[in-house]
Amino acid sequence: MSTVNLSTITKRFGNVTAVKELDLKIKEGEFFTFLGPSGCGKTTTLRMIAGFYYPTEGKVKFNEKDMTTVPPEKRNTGMVFQNYALFPHMTVYENVAFGLKVRKTDKKETRSRVEDVLNKVRLGQYIDRQVSQLSGGQQQRVALARALVIEPDILLLDEPLSNLDARLRDEMRNEILRLQREYGITTIYVTHDQVEALTMSDRIAVFNFGECQQVGTPSEIYNKPVNDFVAAFIGETNLFSIKPDKEEEGTAVFQSADFDKSIYVDHTEENIASYAEGEELVMSIRPEAVRILKDSVDGNNVFKGKVSLVQFTGASVHTYIEMENGAQIRATDLNHGPSTYLKEGTSVSFQLPQNQIRVIPKAGE
Amino acid sequence: MLNAERKRTILLLIPIVLVLVGYVLYPSIETLIESFKKNGAFSLQNYGDFFGSKAASNLEALWNSVYISLLSVFFSALIGIPLAYIFNRYDFPGRQFFSNIAIMPIVLPSLVGVMAFMFLYGEAGLVPNALKDLFHLSEVPFSIGGISGILLVHAYTMYPYFYMTTSSALNNIDPSLEEAAYNLGSSRLSVFWKVTFPLLTPGLVAASLLVFMVSMASFSAPYLLAGGFRVLSLQIYFSKTNGDLDMAATQSVILSVVSIAFLLFMRWFQNRKDYRMASKGIGAHRSEVSNPLLKWSMVSLGIIAMIVLLLPHVTLLVLSLVPEGAWTWQTYPQAFSFENFRLLFEDTNIWDPVRNSLIMAAIACGGVFVFGIITSYALVKRTFIGKNLLDILVMIPWALPATVVGMNLILAFNEPSAFSFGKVLVGTFWILPLAYFVRFIPLVVRSTNAVLEQMDDSIEEAAQNLGAKWFYTFRRVVLPYIMPGVLSGSLLAFVQAVGEFPTSVLLYTLGNRPISIEIMNQLRMFNLGQAAAYGMIQVGLIAIVLFVSYKFFGVKSENTL
Ligand SMILES: Nc1ncnc2c1ncn2[C@@H]1O[C@H](COP(=O)(O)OP(=O)(O)OP(=O)(O)O)[C@@H](O)[C@H]1O
Ligand SMILES: [Mg+2]
Repeated sequence: MSTVNLSTITKRFGNVTAVKELDLKIKEGEFFTFLGPSGCGKTTTLRMIAGFYYPTEGKVKFNEKDMTTVPPEKRNTGMVFQNYALFPHMTVYENVAFGLKVRKTDKKETRSRVEDVLNKVRLGQYIDRQVSQLSGGQQQRVALARALVIEPDILLLDEPLSNLDARLRDEMRNEILRLQREYGITTIYVTHDQVEALTMSDRIAVFNFGECQQVGTPSEIYNKPVNDFVAAFIGETNLFSIKPDKEEEGTAVFQSADFDKSIYVDHTEENIASYAEGEELVMSIRPEAVRILKDSVDGNNVFKGKVSLVQFTGASVHTYIEMENGAQIRATDLNHGPSTYLKEGTSVSFQLPQNQIRVIPKAGE
Repeated sequence: MLNAERKRTILLLIPIVLVLVGYVLYPSIETLIESFKKNGAFSLQNYGDFFGSKAASNLEALWNSVYISLLSVFFSALIGIPLAYIFNRYDFPGRQFFSNIAIMPIVLPSLVGVMAFMFLYGEAGLVPNALKDLFHLSEVPFSIGGISGILLVHAYTMYPYFYMTTSSALNNIDPSLEEAAYNLGSSRLSVFWKVTFPLLTPGLVAASLLVFMVSMASFSAPYLLAGGFRVLSLQIYFSKTNGDLDMAATQSVILSVVSIAFLLFMRWFQNRKDYRMASKGIGAHRSEVSNPLLKWSMVSLGIIAMIVLLLPHVTLLVLSLVPEGAWTWQTYPQAFSFENFRLLFEDTNIWDPVRNSLIMAAIACGGVFVFGIITSYALVKRTFIGKNLLDILVMIPWALPATVVGMNLILAFNEPSAFSFGKVLVGTFWILPLAYFVRFIPLVVRSTNAVLEQMDDSIEEAAQNLGAKWFYTFRRVVLPYIMPGVLSGSLLAFVQAVGEFPTSVLLYTLGNRPISIEIMNQLRMFNLGQAAAYGMIQVGLIAIVLFVSYKFFGVKSENTL
């Protein structure tokens, strides 16, 4: 087990900057996730930790030990590749035993450790199979076993579930978590599936264009995004450009071209992100926070509009409301039966609870 | 990136570059230099002689080579394409069997094939004489020789290139494309011309270029059948035997230029964007032939094709059973026995060439095995400056006609050089294994490349990640992975080396004369049976190797060419 410390890492390929001035400290035993859209530098960062790339600038440290230029075979990391990279000419046993053989573990111990780990990933009876005769999910578990059996200091997983169908993916998520907890290994997990990231991680780093946007627990990332990129990338949200207007005892007031009245927001750290003077601001409100009102009530943040579309998705119902000046907002509610669905064209009022709004600066670029 | 990585790449490249420069580049350059020398001084005299009126025979030979090659392309295509179309698009009894037979010509080494054709259709051949007797003619009705002979042999041995490329292209065409065209109202003919044929063109062009190059280089057929007819590859041999090395060098340079021009053209063509598409789950679709007349005419076509295709093999087998003296002036062989095969093991004079061939081919094969692995690994898995150049250097022995490879080695190693450790190699045992080695480098590198390119980089990285050092990874992961490709390539190199004629005839000595040279000797002594027996050994070896490659390494014979 060890900590991973990346200090101002930059990686350039020719004139493409894949990772820009990345600073990260990953704690011992933590399940840490890199999340971000395609091409944002997740794999590149992971490969720098594994030692397949060397950073153009900056340092990689494990437990305060500088590993920046240590070759991959001396790092004791266990990597599960996106395509598993199992050795096709070997059996399950030979694949898993490979790392132990390299470490010159004696035969008897190798055997027992391989059997042990294979039982843990529930592949005990497949030990002598050729890997090409396994299903996708089984191959993935062999890859995992192969990485775990060497008792790595750090476990690296690069989108290990992206090739699997939804059901198997669910199962494997739990499996990975179970094993990670059991071994207590510092784990770095790469994905662009946000549900996966939110459900599995202790902490998440959100990347965009090679830059880390935010690091935090799943709840922090979802509830307190630092900018509009993070807010929009994780979960669904409604975004509107706003301008600060004035302060009133614990409440900040904003103006927006999309709304005909002022918007009131609780002035707390939860609701208003830190921003610099003169930065463009955006307000984000999650669809599940938008309250559709049966009767018109007075109060802050109550607006009027017409229902433009109702979408039934199963567990929940999306209602799109168009305001007079054309701006649209989406409200999501749990399904309470057909009688509660609004008709398209109905005039409605809705409220944006002032403790549920998040004011954030616009991300650069 | 990292110094250790770079150091490793350089360490790998040193032996590769040394071998390629020493045995491919340096000999070619020696030939080039020689072609500009006359009596030890620099001059353009040789080229003047080549193109001038003084030696019209050279120009004639060049012209003949080109025109024979063009006709070979035409006839090979004429046989190969329709055959492939019928066997892959129609289903009728025996289809699978016939389509396996269709590639049988590839198990005949060129010299043995030519020999079989002579026995069959030559002036004293079995078929013309049988016809003569059957119809009580005073003269044989036909016999092959000169151009017609060369063309017939070329068409027979080279049509598989067309057959195989067309078959694989046809099988790769998504049937829904043609169905879409039918659906839009096209007729059968217009679907073929508008949809199928354009999709086949890239493969056909590649096959045409290949056949053209192989015919330009063809040596055995003209050597045995040409009579007075001149072709360039043969002229080189004559110039060399007449001791006119300057002219042989000049002729080699000109033949090389033509061949390399074609190689470059082919590379360019293959790199061009073509319209192959990756669509999933394609299966060849065959229409069942329901019209009985059509069905049975196809079956008969298959049977006739089978007889014609296998006749050379059968003839060879039968003649190998004819003991010495039993078929000299007579029309038909007079006796059959296993005498020839018995002699192989009892008469050292008869056994020696076989032993020589096996030893020399084994040495060359070991060489290309090791060299192929290293070179292919460096080319596919390492990045370095000048990779393209190295790639071309590796492919040069493939583009160069065998005769030219032989000439290059003569001109480079008939004097001491650093690459021969200060010795004269010409006239020694070692020159022939070296020639075989050079000739078959591309074959092994190509077959290894094909496997290595399939191997994802992450496999190597996974091993490294688990703590394996580079050499351990290479030994335990990369090598076992690529072994099928390397082995099938090397085995094929082995059997081809056993059958190799053009370089052998230029470089052999009495002490290391290989099988193919002994075949020529036996033919000269009219001991046809013994010659055929030697031929059978070669055919047998090739058949075994192809079978082993297919059975144990899953390599199809088609892919190894
Ligand atoms: N070896 C390389 N050479 C050149 N550019 C590269 C190389 N590897 C990555 N890049 C570039 O660096 C950027 C980041 O790539 P990276 O593979 O890290 O993305 P990713 O976040 O893993 O994306 P995905 O989710 O699609 O896997 C991309 O723009 C990519 O094109
Ligand atoms: Mg990636």
